[in-house]
Amino acid sequence: MILLSLITILLVAGIFAWAAARWNVAAARWIALTATAADFIIGLAVWLRHYGELSLFPHSRWIEQLDWNWIPRFGIHFHLAIDGLSLLLLMLTFFLGIVSVLVSWNEIQERVGFFHLNLLWVLAGITGVFLALDLFLFYFAWELMLVPMYFLIALWGHERRQYASVKFFIFTQLSGLLMLIAILALYFAHHGATGVYTFEYQQLLGTPLSSTAAWWMMLGFFVAFAVKLPVVPVHTWLPDAHTEAPTAGSVVLAGLLLKTGAYGLLRFVVPLFPSAAHQFAPIAMVLAVIGILYGGLLAFGQSDFKRLVAYTSVSHLGFVLLGIFAWNELALQGALITMIAHGISTGALFVIAGLLQERMHTRELDRTNGLWSTIPRLSGAALFFALGSLGLPGLGDFVGEFLVLLGTYRVSSSLTIFAAIGVLVATFYALRLVQRAFHGPNLHEWKLADLNKRETLILAPMIAVLLWIGLYPLPLLKTFRPAMDRLQQVVGSAVALRR
Amino acid sequence: MLELLFLVPVIPFASFVWLATMGSHTSRKAVAAIGVGSIAACTVISLLITGSYLSSPPLGGAYTQVLWTWISTGGFTPQIALYLDALSLIMMLVVSFVSFIIHLYSAEFMLEDEGYSRFFAYMNLFVASMITLVLANNLLLLYLGWEGVGLCSYLLIGFWYQDTANGVAAQKAFIVTRVGDTAFAIGLFLLFTHLGTLDIQELMHRAGQQWLVGSAPAIAAAALLLGGAVGKSAQLPLQTWLPDAMAGPTPTSALIHAATMVTAGVYLIARTHVLFSLAPAAQFAVAVVGAATLLLAGCSAMVQCDIKRVLAYSTISQIGYMFLALGVGAWSAAIFHLMTHAFFKALLFLVAGIVIQALHDEHDIFKMGGLRKDLPYAFWGFVIGGSALAGLPLITAGFYSKDLILWQAWSSTQGSRSLWIAGVIGVLLTSLYIYRVIFLVFYGEKKMEVAHRPGWQIKLPVVILSVLSVIGGFVNIPGSLGNVPAFTDLLHSALPEPLEMHTAGLREALSEGIAAIAFLLGLTLAYLLFVRRRRLPAKLAVTSVGYVIHRFWFSDWGMDWLYDRLLVRPVIWFASIDRNDFIDAFYSAIARLNEMAWQALRTTENGRVRWYAAWITAGTVIFVAIVLWS
Repeated sequence: MILLSLITILLVAGIFAWAAARWNVAAARWIALTATAADFIIGLAVWLRHYGELSLFPHSRWIEQLDWNWIPRFGIHFHLAIDGLSLLLLMLTFFLGIVSVLVSWNEIQERVGFFHLNLLWVLAGITGVFLALDLFLFYFAWELMLVPMYFLIALWGHERRQYASVKFFIFTQLSGLLMLIAILALYFAHHGATGVYTFEYQQLLGTPLSSTAAWWMMLGFFVAFAVKLPVVPVHTWLPDAHTEAPTAGSVVLAGLLLKTGAYGLLRFVVPLFPSAAHQFAPIAMVLAVIGILYGGLLAFGQSDFKRLVAYTSVSHLGFVLLGIFAWNELALQGALITMIAHGISTGALFVIAGLLQERMHTRELDRTNGLWSTIPRLSGAALFFALGSLGLPGLGDFVGEFLVLLGTYRVSSSLTIFAAIGVLVATFYALRLVQRAFHGPNLHEWKLADLNKRETLILAPMIAVLLWIGLYPLPLLKTFRPAMDRLQQVVGSAVALRR
Repeated sequence: MLELLFLVPVIPFASFVWLATMGSHTSRKAVAAIGVGSIAACTVISLLITGSYLSSPPLGGAYTQVLWTWISTGGFTPQIALYLDALSLIMMLVVSFVSFIIHLYSAEFMLEDEGYSRFFAYMNLFVASMITLVLANNLLLLYLGWEGVGLCSYLLIGFWYQDTANGVAAQKAFIVTRVGDTAFAIGLFLLFTHLGTLDIQELMHRAGQQWLVGSAPAIAAAALLLGGAVGKSAQLPLQTWLPDAMAGPTPTSALIHAATMVTAGVYLIARTHVLFSLAPAAQFAVAVVGAATLLLAGCSAMVQCDIKRVLAYSTISQIGYMFLALGVGAWSAAIFHLMTHAFFKALLFLVAGIVIQALHDEHDIFKMGGLRKDLPYAFWGFVIGGSALAGLPLITAGFYSKDLILWQAWSSTQGSRSLWIAGVIGVLLTSLYIYRVIFLVFYGEKKMEVAHRPGWQIKLPVVILSVLSVIGGFVNIPGSLGNVPAFTDLLHSALPEPLEMHTAGLREALSEGIAAIAFLLGLTLAYLLFVRRRRLPAKLAVTSVGYVIHRFWFSDWGMDWLYDRLLVRPVIWFASIDRNDFIDAFYSAIARLNEMAWQALRTTENGRVRWYAAWITAGTVIFVAIVLWS
């Protein structure tokens, strides 16, 4: 029931916030804040309660689960469950949920109630994606994320919001349809093999499939997740959507929506189609390295603060893809740490972009120069997160990327070398961002207000978490571990993957 | 006492955190007290630890302090742990002590600066990073310190951020050293994949057991670590960042050059010397890089006009000596020179700072002159530091350390005549370029009025470092002059002695004698060219050959130019033409095709009934035809 409450709190609070905004705008904000905080506390309680016994867990057990027979005729269950992987992604979701509500406090002044309805429903959809163990339910949640996100961009976005939101919608919708086809194909293939109609994840695992069928189904899933991740060359919706979205939208997009793609790869693509994924791994890894380098170079060329940060996601998520398809413990753990750390560091950079836009009404790096002299605290925070982004040891991103590379080296040393050059490219764009926005002469003589209490309250925990992951990631690794073992076991029993 | 070891990196880090978060609300006095006091505390603890280490050495000459496990997954379990042996002890001592002196100096030197607390925050972080680097017991933690010093150099070189040129220099330093760091990181992947650990002692042990001398993975690993070392230590081919690093405040330069940054590469190679011994090809490369760098940078130093740039090239050249020593297996000699160099290079920079501040930020040595009387402290400090740098025989520290390197470059099994010759030519160049500066700045006619005279916080560091630049060499008296090799004896518990001396053809005393002659030759040349016949250098520089050589040397052998054309511009060019992402054009084209199709179809909906009737008829005919046909 706990799991169900995580979703319902968000859905119900969304409706309440919408209704409440009719008589008091602040009430809507407080409702949204309470809901996300409540979810965060519940998640934290679950984590702490089970933390001690995590390493004792037998691989087949979920930390919590809930299984209702929803539509028995079609073999559809309402099945929610969490393991260490989904638990930590949920923690990230609620953490960034709180951040998104707080960061919108002043920024959003129009249709406040509807905004929070959409924001909370996106979060509910994401929560559902990380919880669902029934493919039908998963697809449902996957689509549920999409519509409110579309509204967030289209209604509260910046100048080119129409273009960006439609582009986002078309990319994700089309790729989602491919996944739907693949899900149905798997559903019928499973019936053909066993005589049982089911969307149940655990029953579908190990469905005997011809290698061609598995290949095509795997690709159907892969494309859907690749668009979300994003993988070059289906990444081009991302910079537009991230740039045009309101700050909370960018935070949710970069911090969470992209992670659903990675989660899908981990939870579904590789375990459901192990041999096809194994065959596909070299292609995926090459795409990952291309993404790392190409995304980094694109980021380097941008002159719009948010667009620059958006492209860095293409680069960072390349490490996640690389780690997933290298498929050994080091690389997988690295991919997971990268997912969490990237959520924080890039989320924070979008928050900073938002704070600057609120103050200056521009994101153009040509117009922002020498801000350090007027807003030193904000600039210092931005420098901190830029350093996180360039992979400075001691901060979270480094641990993730280093582990990915360390694990990938034994699979392909040449790809590792190219990916390591990607870390160098990260230096280019991160330093450029700092130089263009915060260093240099204050040519336009900006006089701005430095961080206020609310803003400090947003950024300080993000700094703390990034340092925590960078210097003591053991709790995360330990929590991920049983989930990783299980995934590797599922895959290992189906096919002997490479080391 | 040894249990206090963790405080050495923790104290400066804590004071960094304090200054970074609360610095703007703290008075200047308090900032100085925290910033300087933390490093003083660091130094005191280092001294206490040294005393304890020497009086009751730990088992096996090494002490490990585990703080916590950093990462644990897939057999990869690096710890946050400190490792103290003779090598890291000496490094810790040198780093904390020299940093303390520089901090003390900065408290007065930077007093007028707006970013006083920011400056001390960065400086403290710099020291904390370097201490972490030095004390790390595994290569991943070392890498953390390694990147940390890279970051701090970036922050401090670009300290006066309002000038874009400083920002460019800062970025250059970070990026160029990070090129080396990337090689270093790949080296870590290779080492862990082959040997299953990054714990330095365990790693060296396993390497010795599993790899044969000259085996491919050993050479690859050593070469990759060398890549990291040349970046951080500003050796060929990645030396180009250091001369530009002069953009930072002068105490920063002193810190980078003497204590906290460029020596890191030397330390890394000494720390992993087992690996280099297993890879003779890589070790030979270290020697060649060192010899080539010391010559090229020595030439460049001779033609610079900016006093700090001369010192920058001189650092590159002196680190070249250390690399030369490492390359011939004279590990202890390299560390000995590292220490003496830290003393006299810090001294030279601090004095240069006095001179620059006295002359309203003038850097050009040709605009200075005759400062001997007005700035006696500076004059004597610079003469002592410069003489130590050039290796004035018998009485300066630089003489002892450099001659040890020269001798072992000859006598070690890995040494050779040509390496020795390169070293001796280097001595000549060194003494020529540094006395050129002394003669131009402190002798001759006075060209500018002295506007600012230093107080005690600036004079005291100069005095201390002057003393150390003289007596620092007496800790290791060579065989030919009394044979009290205390320093190298201490180090030999951590670093092996050079292998089998082959002493044929040259004796140690003779090597020293020749080096002394080279020194005198350089001094005499400098005197002739820059005191007696001051017009001659300018005349030489305008001859066609002289002009080309001068430009070539002045611009660091054109390497900046080359990198700019080969690497920097292509990347910027690509990033700027691909700003809108070629790949998106594909999707835009699809969108446009759809739009065109829509336009085309739209023309069919024009509201004319005749038109519709015609189409309906045509459609019917076609369908009927198809049905009939098939």
